[in-house]
Amino acid sequence: MSRYKAVVIGASAGGFELLVNLLEALPASFPLPVLVVIHTASSGNTLSQALAKAASLSVVEGVDKQTIQQGRIVVAPGGYHMLVEDEGYISLCVGERVCHSRPSIDVLFESAADVYGDKLIGVILSGANRDGANGMKYLCDQGGLPVVQDPATAVSPVMPKAVLKQCDVEHIVKPEEIPELLVQLAQ
Amino acid sequence: MGTTGREADEIKVLLEAVYLRHGFDYRNYAMASLRRRVHKVLDESGIKQIIDLVPAIWNDDKVASDFLRVMSIPVTEMFRDPPFFIELREKVLPILETYPFIKIWHAGCATGEEVLSMAILLREAGLEKRVRIYATDYNDQVLKAAKEGIYSMDKIPLFESNYQDAQGKGKLSDYYHARYDQAKFDPELLSNVTFANHNLVTDGVFGEMNLILCRNVLIYFNKELQQRVFRLITDSLCPRGILGLGNGESLRFSPLARHYEHIDASLRLYRKKL
Ligand SMILES: C[S@@+](CC[C@H](N)C(=O)[O-])C[C@H]1O[C@@H](n2cnc3c(N)ncnc32)[C@H](O)[C@@H]1O
Repeated sequence: MSRYKAVVIGASAGGFELLVNLLEALPASFPLPVLVVIHTASSGNTLSQALAKAASLSVVEGVDKQTIQQGRIVVAPGGYHMLVEDEGYISLCVGERVCHSRPSIDVLFESAADVYGDKLIGVILSGANRDGANGMKYLCDQGGLPVVQDPATAVSPVMPKAVLKQCDVEHIVKPEEIPELLVQLAQ
Repeated sequence: MGTTGREADEIKVLLEAVYLRHGFDYRNYAMASLRRRVHKVLDESGIKQIIDLVPAIWNDDKVASDFLRVMSIPVTEMFRDPPFFIELREKVLPILETYPFIKIWHAGCATGEEVLSMAILLREAGLEKRVRIYATDYNDQVLKAAKEGIYSMDKIPLFESNYQDAQGKGKLSDYYHARYDQAKFDPELLSNVTFANHNLVTDGVFGEMNLILCRNVLIYFNKELQQRVFRLITDSLCPRGILGLGNGESLRFSPLARHYEHIDASLRLYRKKL
């Protein structure tokens, strides 16, 4: 059994393509739940549909009180923060934006770190703002494992850089290396 | 871990105190966002520990009302999720039209934007005169704003574009007067509306409603409380009454789902079975 229980992923500008490739490369047997926040203008639904087409795992748009399941990818719906509850389900919130964002990566990462502690993997991809930096810091403080896209490979390096400034990260990787890394960690 | 152990205990004590002293029952709110709110109150008040909020909230009405304000999250907009309003217009109003008199309940109406949107929809459908709208929230502050129907001009561009996306029949400016930096909506729109304080957690059933909108309120409750409130809502609907939820909400995970059929599941509109 893996020592990890869940993966959270945050992406913004320049991250959509990467996310599609990442989810496409995760095998159907991937054993952990994956929770995703991506900032885009398009609605969550079109987003999760686009991702669902690519992925071999099931991809759904997050619905309030939906159970978190292994091997299921949940994408935060547009206009809502997505949080993890102790009891193993997600809840949504329309509270104020964090780093100009709703959904916010910080909000997902912090609530997930509260529940999963050191059994959580956090992944930050390309992005043009600093949402995710505080969340990843908090995740690290709770003993979680950070994985960050090498800023040199990112269309918008602001987000990965902001994370690296605040956290001690062993896994600074090219995006195409992330799926395999996650599969290994999840074993 | 954050929500277990000591912090969880402190939050428990705090919520008990808020309930005993002020009657607001947050004990079954969803913990993850509640926790963020509690930390926000801490940040704003300069108080360091959650447990120290207890005497502050007990003795100081200002801290108590700040707590309520932060917990309430009255974030809303006119014609939020325009496709929902298109569906209301096309599928729901024709059903309501068959009743001689129509009763609508907005539960958790916040500052009233959703109520105004409904009033505009009803006027454009010529149903205005046959409707009584009940608009409730447990936050008196927002109810007061809702009654006034005045919004900052900064918000109007978003409201206007939502209205257009919702296939409104005119221009939003047909319904308000701009004065300085504020938009005052036609008071006639609210003439059939009764605003009232109602707490979904601690107050009772609301009467035989034909349509209930309870959008983006249930997300703040844990599963157990959601069930209780779904029960209250179901009991407040007339037979074949209609329920509309927020875009991120669903009846799917509730045992009460069997009492409803879908009008449009993706748009969160449900109809109570006989
Ligand atoms: C996010 S707003 C939703 C406004 C509107 N329905 C919409 O969707 O745009 C949530 C509202 O629910 C209210 N609320 C929260 N708990 C409540 C309770 N127990 N009883 C009544 N209203 C409640 C809050 O005060 C807030 O105004």
